Amino acid sequence: MPQPIARVNDFVVKFANVNGSGSASANQLFAKSILRMGVPCTPRNIFPSNIQGLPTWYEVRVSEAGHLGARGGVDMFVAMNPQTWDKDVAEIEPGGYLFYDSSKPMPKSKFRDDVNIIGVPLTEICNQTYSDPRQRQLFKNIMYLGSLSALLDMDVAAIETLIGEQFQGKDKLIAPNVKALHLGRDWTLKNLACPLGIKLQRSDKVGDRIFLEGNSAAALGAVYGGATMCAWYPITPSSSLAEAFSRHCRKFRTAPDGKARHAIIQAEDELASIGMVIGAGWNGARAFTATSGPGISLMQEFIGLAYFAEIPAVIFNVQRAGPSTGMPTRTQQCDVMSCAYASHGDTKHVLLFPEDPRECFEMGALSFDLADRLQTPIFVLLDLDIGMNERLCAPLSWDAKRRFDRGKVMTYEELEAGKEFGRYLDVDGDGIPYRTLPGTHPTRGSFFTRGTSRDRYARYTEEGGAYQDNMQRLLKKFETAKKLVPAPVKRPAKQATKFGVLYYGSTAPAMSEALDQLEADGMHLDAMRVRGFPFSDEIVDFVRAHEHVFVVEQNRDGQLRALLTVEGNIDPAKLVAVLHYDGTPITARFIRGSIGKRLAGANVTPLRKVVS
Amino acid sequence: MTYLAKPKLRHPELPVNKLGYTRRDYEGSVSTLCAGCGHDSISAAIIQACFELDLPPHRIAKLSGIGCSSKTPTYFLGHSHGFNSVHGRMPSVLTGANLANRDLLYLGVSGDGDSASIGLGQFAHCIRRGVNMVYIVENNGVYGLTKGQFSATADRGSKSKRGAVNSDSSIDLVSMALQLGATFVGRSFSGDKAQLVPLIKGAILHKGAAFMDVISPCVAFNNHLGSTKSFDYVREHNEAVNRLDVMTPRAEITADYAPGALETVIQHDGSAVRLRKIAADYDPHNRIAAMTYLQERASAGEVVTGLLYVDSDPSDLHDSLNTVGEPLNVLGEAELCPGPAALEKLNASLR
Repeated sequence: MPQPIARVNDFVVKFANVNGSGSASANQLFAKSILRMGVPCTPRNIFPSNIQGLPTWYEVRVSEAGHLGARGGVDMFVAMNPQTWDKDVAEIEPGGYLFYDSSKPMPKSKFRDDVNIIGVPLTEICNQTYSDPRQRQLFKNIMYLGSLSALLDMDVAAIETLIGEQFQGKDKLIAPNVKALHLGRDWTLKNLACPLGIKLQRSDKVGDRIFLEGNSAAALGAVYGGATMCAWYPITPSSSLAEAFSRHCRKFRTAPDGKARHAIIQAEDELASIGMVIGAGWNGARAFTATSGPGISLMQEFIGLAYFAEIPAVIFNVQRAGPSTGMPTRTQQCDVMSCAYASHGDTKHVLLFPEDPRECFEMGALSFDLADRLQTPIFVLLDLDIGMNERLCAPLSWDAKRRFDRGKVMTYEELEAGKEFGRYLDVDGDGIPYRTLPGTHPTRGSFFTRGTSRDRYARYTEEGGAYQDNMQRLLKKFETAKKLVPAPVKRPAKQATKFGVLYYGSTAPAMSEALDQLEADGMHLDAMRVRGFPFSDEIVDFVRAHEHVFVVEQNRDGQLRALLTVEGNIDPAKLVAVLHYDGTPITARFIRGSIGKRLAGANVTPLRKVVS
Repeated sequence: MTYLAKPKLRHPELPVNKLGYTRRDYEGSVSTLCAGCGHDSISAAIIQACFELDLPPHRIAKLSGIGCSSKTPTYFLGHSHGFNSVHGRMPSVLTGANLANRDLLYLGVSGDGDSASIGLGQFAHCIRRGVNMVYIVENNGVYGLTKGQFSATADRGSKSKRGAVNSDSSIDLVSMALQLGATFVGRSFSGDKAQLVPLIKGAILHKGAAFMDVISPCVAFNNHLGSTKSFDYVREHNEAVNRLDVMTPRAEITADYAPGALETVIQHDGSAVRLRKIAADYDPHNRIAAMTYLQERASAGEVVTGLLYVDSDPSDLHDSLNTVGEPLNVLGEAELCPGPAALEKLNASLR
């Protein structure tokens, strides 16, 4: 028997449950109680494409050091699902802990010798106390939370406060839940040695940070960014974004007379969703859709129209593992390419890569300014990991002086004064023309919007010269976009190095932890987090300034790397792909292992061999 | 078709409407459709209807999909914004535009390929949402731009110009619109201006989903013997249930029709649609009866035209969504952005 794992405020607990058994709220209480103790922790839902009956897991990484990425490995398993028992037990680190319901005897072969077994007769206690089957199920969840509170030395008062908050308005549920909590806790304190080697201790590392889901934050960004129209079609993992928008709008967008300052349509499919968004954008309302990979595939034709006819639109793509239906409830960054070049013909689109809920909010709001300014679709690429999990992040903030940038919209006054209007005329040299909104002026500024080629004054033409002139202007506009997308964030190494690493989106916390570890191992890398496409010069310069640059991504084909070689004109040999794409969130362990292995001995082996 | 530009010269005594516009102010560029195309007559009817209703052209948005019919918005209302979207998807673009600004008039122009084949889904969902619009299908039963393939509205047994016989059942968009809850449903014939113009006027004044199927023979590919969408066939089999006259609330109401054959329908805005009844037993307020009647006449090989159904007190998508009275596209920061204080409160609730 190895030494039991002994660590304070630094461990991973994973819950195995059955989908639909009511475990989610107990598990969430567990994570939130830890945060209330001032200890950072990051929960992740691992769930099947199913409503009831299939296995589901909830993994909580506790990290006083503030590492929010997935770590890999499990120190304690709360094994409440017999279906997945064997696999769950196998996942525990040697010296770790297995918590289980010991009401029914289990054969010795079902356990491991190198983990600590903690049996609590949950069902037995539950059945003695409750007669209603539904109560037995629900309170069993709260009971194991009570038991864990004893084993991990949690602040039971914090849990009680949270139960009070959770059932606010349904006050009669508070006392029975608190009672169940204590049933589990008291039995454990009386019968088992508490606390374990892994345990919690009050700290002050959470600070003023908040805890929310990326989808909800992005939807709030849409509210703050002035979106008034949302059309969507349900698809995991993006549905909760549109639903959150609806919730936020009820709260923030209801006029004093009860009328709605927004319009939300659950469309018949993704094609209709994007069509409505484009119709609204054409008509001057800020509009968006939320979808995932398959939805992007369906929207292709319309996205090309919006690009070519130059209509503002915002598309939140909460990515999941593809191709095809793929793994609908698993995370990936696999739509970078399909979004960057969505639709037939020569097209290119602006992409934003938020790292956490705070950036989902900021980029969510920014995307509407960019769409109006650039008159083109803007993609905000979240993924399931940040979209559907609650994450600790800096509080959201908003500058009271900030105004919407509605871009170049010619007004009645300007038209009346005789200002020249050519819908596709580049008057400012930035590739962005002026537009007019329908209904502006009785006799001036009307034009015909079409997906066919046209001249600078929006007149239909199939003249090669006029067509090329327009396509070149679109390129110029894309060049302008480089300066408008969020700048990359650089993290220089502690000492000069010829190695760099590029990463983006939800990889950020794992990357930051891996960089710390690599540094401790004596491996130094300059790091840059890409936040937007088209790539700014800074990103290309960063690659040029290093001999080799790792590109860390959560997809199979190194999509951002490919985009860099094409759009940044970078030698592919300089860019080393580090790819994690099994559908689980990337871990620091993985990054450190992949990069570390390639860098180890880099001084003695010719570099090309090492990194190839 | 012609490449000649339209002369700007106007007859000095052209009649003007209440806005001081002549009929010519409602025109667009010169049509590039085939000479004699039924679609051009529909464009002319739209122009006439808008002129007679004194509509400011720039307050109309015209939207279409792809195909011959969808090209027509270029040929009318030159001072209106137009949007030639993608094939079969005009309804969603129109829905979005309508939600952005409820104050404009939305005119959706589509064809039988655009609405009954590739766009059947969007047609259906846009009707069932009750988008306040005029949705006109210029129906010729054939794909013109791609040279004469059958469309989904071609009747079973009808013969193409090349002699092929259509063996598929046809889709009747009027029946579908009735079933899907359109609150104004009409059918007409591009060659019958006297019926078509008042119908379009009625549809424009209707505050809800107004659907119109206009049979419009294709002179190039579907106007031969054996076609059930030819001028001759439609003229011979046209079963008009009523003739209309539309009064705007401002207009003086005159009664110069034979009593007993006249019925006045008052629409939501106070405008009146007067129906001169031809089929004595036809009741345009009864959705179920309208559906039955259509099926009966269709089985007898007849094409029923006229105002087939109207709901005098319709509601639209904005009513369902309970949106504010001012257009969403004019709301600014003050109405839309909750500001930093609300965010602070929200932050506090997320700890």
